Amino acid sequence: MSAPGTDTTAGRPSSASPPRFHWLRDQLRNIAPFITLLSLVVFFSVASPASFLTWDNLANILTQISVTGIIATGLTFVILCAEIDLSVGSVANAVGVVLAFFTAQDASVNIANVPLPGWIAILLALVSAVAFGVVTALGVTVIGIPSFIMTLAMLQIGAGVCAMLVRGQIAYNVPDFIKVLGSKAVGPVPWIVIVAALVLAVGHFVLTYTRFGRYVYMVGGNREAAEYSGVNVKAIVASVMIIGAVCSGFAGMLGVAHLGSAQQDEFVDYLLDSIAAVVVGGTSLFGGQGGIPNTIAGLFVLGVLNNGLDHVKIDSFLKVLIRGLILLAALIINIYAQRMRSRWT
Amino acid sequence: MSGTSPILELSGISKSFGGVDALADVDFMLNGGEVHGIVGENGAGKSTLMKIIAGVHTDFRGTMRLDGAEVRFHSARDAQAAGIGMVYQELSVVSDLSVAENVFLGRQPTDAIGLIAWRRMAREAGDHLRGLGIDVDPQARMGSLPIGMQQMVELSRVLFSGARVIILDEPTSALSPPEIERLFDLLRILRNGGRTIVFISHFLDDVLRVSDTITVFRNGRKVVTAAAADIDKSWIIERMIGAGHDELEAGYTKDIRLCSKDCAPIALQADHLSLSRAYRDVSLTVRAGEVLGVYGFMGCGQIELVRTLFGGLKPDHGAIRMGGRALRMTNTAAARRAGIAFVPESRRSMLFFLEPMYKNVSISILDRLSQLLLKPRKERQIAGEQVRRLHIVPPSVERLVGTFSGGNQQKIGLAKWLNFLPKVLILSEPTRGMDVGAKADVVRIVSGLRDQGIGILVASTEPETVLAMADRVLVMKKGEIVREFANEVISKDRLLAAA
Repeated sequence: MSAPGTDTTAGRPSSASPPRFHWLRDQLRNIAPFITLLSLVVFFSVASPASFLTWDNLANILTQISVTGIIATGLTFVILCAEIDLSVGSVANAVGVVLAFFTAQDASVNIANVPLPGWIAILLALVSAVAFGVVTALGVTVIGIPSFIMTLAMLQIGAGVCAMLVRGQIAYNVPDFIKVLGSKAVGPVPWIVIVAALVLAVGHFVLTYTRFGRYVYMVGGNREAAEYSGVNVKAIVASVMIIGAVCSGFAGMLGVAHLGSAQQDEFVDYLLDSIAAVVVGGTSLFGGQGGIPNTIAGLFVLGVLNNGLDHVKIDSFLKVLIRGLILLAALIINIYAQRMRSRWT
Repeated sequence: MSGTSPILELSGISKSFGGVDALADVDFMLNGGEVHGIVGENGAGKSTLMKIIAGVHTDFRGTMRLDGAEVRFHSARDAQAAGIGMVYQELSVVSDLSVAENVFLGRQPTDAIGLIAWRRMAREAGDHLRGLGIDVDPQARMGSLPIGMQQMVELSRVLFSGARVIILDEPTSALSPPEIERLFDLLRILRNGGRTIVFISHFLDDVLRVSDTITVFRNGRKVVTAAAADIDKSWIIERMIGAGHDELEAGYTKDIRLCSKDCAPIALQADHLSLSRAYRDVSLTVRAGEVLGVYGFMGCGQIELVRTLFGGLKPDHGAIRMGGRALRMTNTAAARRAGIAFVPESRRSMLFFLEPMYKNVSISILDRLSQLLLKPRKERQIAGEQVRRLHIVPPSVERLVGTFSGGNQQKIGLAKWLNFLPKVLILSEPTRGMDVGAKADVVRIVSGLRDQGIGILVASTEPETVLAMADRVLVMKKGEIVREFANEVISKDRLLAAA
């Protein structure tokens, strides 16, 4: 009671208002993305009914958000744990380039690569993704570098790996298996959409139904309480950073196949898009609240927005600004949702 | 102190927090050129009164007169402008800045074009510190100095801002004996220079040595003001705890016989643990089926000690043993797996407010309930048992923990470990902020766990809590264990006298 800032109980209401009464307010972070999505769909449907509201275009939207969706799955783990990963696009790019580096390229591609059998190339690419994650995890947990700064360094390292391996050239070939997943379709449904849906589903399953998933939420919700409950906080943080890198790497492999080339600075936009998807979806930037369903909602908001803007007559330079404003609005809602919920704690 | 005129006069001061009276109708007076000691137990109202004087609490009843004129401070800044400064127990120094910058904090001298006049600042800070007899390099980084020196620098900053009344909150709790000596010399110089020092402390010996006048507080009321020369420690303790004054408090001097279990097997043993400035050479044993109380004032090192025992802090020296083997305490998970449970003192560090009650309870045993997949039904069932066992109100396992009342939240923090069945349970301030009924519940639960053979360590700054629970008591003072009470008669006044 003598020192300022110590935990005192005075002045705190003895029983807070009933939770059911505040259901709407508490669910703000979950409801807001759906309202946004609905408004966007209605707006674009009215603005350009002939081209926006078609099955083909739905398939387009799904394909466009698939690579982002895989990255965003890993990022959901990271942000739920109250960390951040700014290296996702760069790691995706580097792993995609590693995959191409170990695949036989056409004679016209002038890089000193090392052609290996397809499955070994895939394995090496995955190993490189894990390696990125392990380095990040060690920096964050063992050395204690804030993830914001650590992954900023990893962003640069990933870009460096790309630059070293392709040396300004463009590689086109990846193993057949990845080529099928990235650019072929089963009937009307592209493989990449199926894979993204599977990754999101597995992510949701792990977060909701496994012990590890619970630890992710608890560590993100209150790290100190998790530590004093005997949870190995550092192990959980390390794991989510590795999961983030592996998802990014996998997305990078498919992305290279999907885009048809492996080159430098190919995935720059995916960093902003994947963070935006997670945050627009309503997962708390402070950790512990949200999840994959939120991320899916956020993916659709971004997907519909990006796609819809192509269907209406609008200054293409204005699009970038509109996306920024939507992201800002989502951030404001995110912060307010958190503040409202923390009021009675 | 005859002949001196009052600088500050307070009359009829009352202040309440959420309906609880922290101060009731207090009259208090400070004279120029005196060191005025303030003593009282936790919650007696001394800090509240000082925060009113320093302009931190602005919402109170009563009047305050400074040099005879009525004043009302609206902020700490107001109070500082009127010449009242406060040095808190948790120092507010900026460790990455230099000593000179700390002295000038917020008032850096500037040159003609508005840039900071570094050289002038260093020179003036040096002059000022030397004038107070403080021998320190003004260019030194604050964080590199010992705590005692940092405190002196902060004190000099308060003086430098023109304070005539300086309030020191627990200034000696982190100081070594020579540092205390230096501080007291400085305080005497300041007093002789006409300044008024208010010295709040739990350490009665320190208060008696340095003060001219001493005021005792109890339960939000001023009990007595007396000249320090006329009184001694036992006289003060008697008035602090109110023996013979109040029937309600008669229990405070009641003798309690400690029945220590000297033969029970050792559950947890700490050998010569030291952690930088927090505590030194602490050795203790917790036996199966006993409650070991660790009593000490705030800042005595027990908060760091219990965290070390749960693997949250790494000691510089020493070992922690269970069953004769030294534990590799790499993190709290290792301590938990070894069978140690820990309930920290603040709810913020034990609870997940935005999660339902059952997830808060199951977190400690998730790895026993399931290897891979969660078993939510089992979790709810286990939480439900604890709701009934601990009388948690309202009895809902789905309710978010943030919506429970404080006492019930504290019970949930304890419930977390009841299914875990630890070998050793460490409780830090287990009854802080609880009402009488909830306290009784906690005492009952702890006794029940002890009778199951669990070794329990209760660390507290509240003597009642230690006395109500412990079979054996260690007293911690300034980072060291100074006294053990075992198999003897103990009472609150003896406990206070030892600390």
